[in-house]
Amino acid sequence: MGKTIKPEDLKCPLPITGHDTIQLSHGSGGRMSNELISKLFVWAFDNPALRKQDDQAVVEVNGLKLSFTTDSFVVDPIFFPGGDIGDLAVNGTVNDICMNGATPLYLSAGFIIEEGFPLKDLQAIVISMKRAASEAGVQIVTGDTKVVNKGKGDKIFINTAGIGLIEHGYDISSSNLKAGDAIILSGTIADHGIAVMSKRENLSFETPITSDTASLNRLVAEIVRVGGVHAMRDPTRGGVAATLNEFAMASHVGIRIHEDRIPVKPAVAGACEILGLDPLYVANEGKLVAVVSPDKAEAVLAAMKKHSLGVDAVIIGEVVSGQSGMVSMTTRIGGQRIVDMPVGEQLPRIC
Amino acid sequence: MKYLDEFRDPKIARKLLDEITAAITKPWVIMEVCGGQTHAIIRNGIDQLLPQEIELVHGPGCPVCVTPLEMIDKALDIASRPNVIFTSFGDMLRVPGSKKDLFVVKSEGGDVRMVYSPLDAVKIARKNPDKQVVFFAVGFETTAPLTAMAVWQAHQQNIDNFSMLVSHVLVPPAMEALLGSPDNRVQAFLAAGHVCTVMGWEEYVPIAQKHKVPIVVTGFEPVDILEGILMAVRQLEDGRAEVENQYARVVKREGNRPAIEVIRKVFQVTDRKWRGIGEFPRSGFALRSEFEKYDAEKRFALGDISVEEPPECISGLILQGLKKPYECGEFGRRCTPQTPLGATMVSSEGACAAYFAYHRQKDDSVEKN
Ligand code: SF4
Repeated sequence: MGKTIKPEDLKCPLPITGHDTIQLSHGSGGRMSNELISKLFVWAFDNPALRKQDDQAVVEVNGLKLSFTTDSFVVDPIFFPGGDIGDLAVNGTVNDICMNGATPLYLSAGFIIEEGFPLKDLQAIVISMKRAASEAGVQIVTGDTKVVNKGKGDKIFINTAGIGLIEHGYDISSSNLKAGDAIILSGTIADHGIAVMSKRENLSFETPITSDTASLNRLVAEIVRVGGVHAMRDPTRGGVAATLNEFAMASHVGIRIHEDRIPVKPAVAGACEILGLDPLYVANEGKLVAVVSPDKAEAVLAAMKKHSLGVDAVIIGEVVSGQSGMVSMTTRIGGQRIVDMPVGEQLPRIC
Repeated sequence: MKYLDEFRDPKIARKLLDEITAAITKPWVIMEVCGGQTHAIIRNGIDQLLPQEIELVHGPGCPVCVTPLEMIDKALDIASRPNVIFTSFGDMLRVPGSKKDLFVVKSEGGDVRMVYSPLDAVKIARKNPDKQVVFFAVGFETTAPLTAMAVWQAHQQNIDNFSMLVSHVLVPPAMEALLGSPDNRVQAFLAAGHVCTVMGWEEYVPIAQKHKVPIVVTGFEPVDILEGILMAVRQLEDGRAEVENQYARVVKREGNRPAIEVIRKVFQVTDRKWRGIGEFPRSGFALRSEFEKYDAEKRFALGDISVEEPPECISGLILQGLKKPYECGEFGRRCTPQTPLGATMVSSEGACAAYFAYHRQKDDSVEKN
């Protein structure tokens, strides 16, 4: 028998500031999500694997090192230019599994479907999951289906969990950054977020903007083969800005990036301009940020550029000592500024 | 974005900086009126690149910042009611009223929706005839044509379940009021390009003449701002006080006639209170009496709303160019974008938020949290 937990033991020691109820911003991947996770979930479920707060946990079973993760997908609209909630659910979890260099193997899929949801849409989603899984080389081996009353859920939610095998000997984690490391970005940013937003708001642009949703495991394998990689993450919600801030905080280092090196497609830049959004904070679904030791940076970059998902890869900055936890940017015209952790969802401005 | 790259070109920026340095012989205080410009200045680090003689002070031109607290409380009251769909531009959703913000109302079950255009709010009203649809009409002259158009459309299409909570403010009367204040330090203005796109710049001529201040209509890209500063410095050094137009690629002297016309049709000029600063005569738009039925304040019996601002917040002084955000005792301590005490922190274009997001090293005692 384990020890009995008394209610007073469960009093949260660190108050969550500001709100008595859950806000949308608590799920945005920014400062509020972070606070909720560290002050409630990590506090309650506390263990060494969770405490690392990477997007996946590394667990050992009989000497085998496994990468284990789960993610839920609640995107609106469910079909958007370049993808749908189905391939997103597969690719997102594959990407989380492999960001520590693991080879993704098996996924589960849980569906929460609202009564009245068209069967043909469900078929389309499932076929797109099948395609994404076969492209990534993973199998969906178990699942679950729940149907909720009309109005009790928004069309369809999908949860995917997955495991992968870690066969390399490196320790790849957001807490491993060292001064001098190069920050490599695998391609153009903000494509996914802007594609979804333009569909949602019925904005049309001259050049259609499509989501970048893709499985990154094969690109990751190339990076791991070259070696020297200290940390990797796919900058989804909160964008590249949130990922870099998480790295800087977890490793107690500073990060400096250079505005003129950050690739943004012209149509995406234009859309961000119109909406008053900063592409650094907009979600991506097929990009990764790799932090690599300086002696291996060029070799990793060359290996990435050979892969179709890394042709636009570029070194956008470096890890610096001092300025612990701080991400700064040299602006295009030579000024300096901080790149802060986003607070919540970015909101389009008034004028 | 070929067209924009030109206005972000580091070589042109460098050249303008050299010209500013060469032109300047003594210290000058220049105010950028618009929050969008404040944001661009801090975001691009322009203030650090300028010669020491130039002090840029931040003006009252952030519509979110100057919307009075009682107006936000009115919005929250309306949005909390059953059978109301409350619509607003995105950046108003997180502005705290006395007790909560529109996001909290939404989490409590209120039907609060973000729209990109007030015309979308009219569409929502048409689709939901059994609901009252309200739009929070905040902003300067820039957004006024669209809000006016929304009322006009609702009127033409006999849409009766649509109304607006109007809190439009006008820039030139605020500039006049700042210049008339005994504490004024501003020696030249960068006027807000977007506002002039609609209204033109004729109305600035009497202000420049009466108060002997150069006014340069300025755009929002780094090169625009540097060029605007150069034009202002040249005038100051020459002892001139004229209205010049840096943003000529967009702004015409007479403005945008059709936009002005629809504004005139729907709105009339009224006195308005500016948060943190006070009431300025003839500094806002209100619905004309023939459109009264679209006035949400009249449609919903709101009762008396009295509010108190946090006494430690100095955003009023910041909006008048008298203080900088890091001179506030709560900056980065109790007041952050996550827990804002004043509107200059909550609006992403407010001066406090811009300093917090991009520039905290200005005040070394502030830890990044
Ligand atoms: S830092 Fe906060 S409290 Fe201080 S002036 Fe700015 S908004 Fe007000």
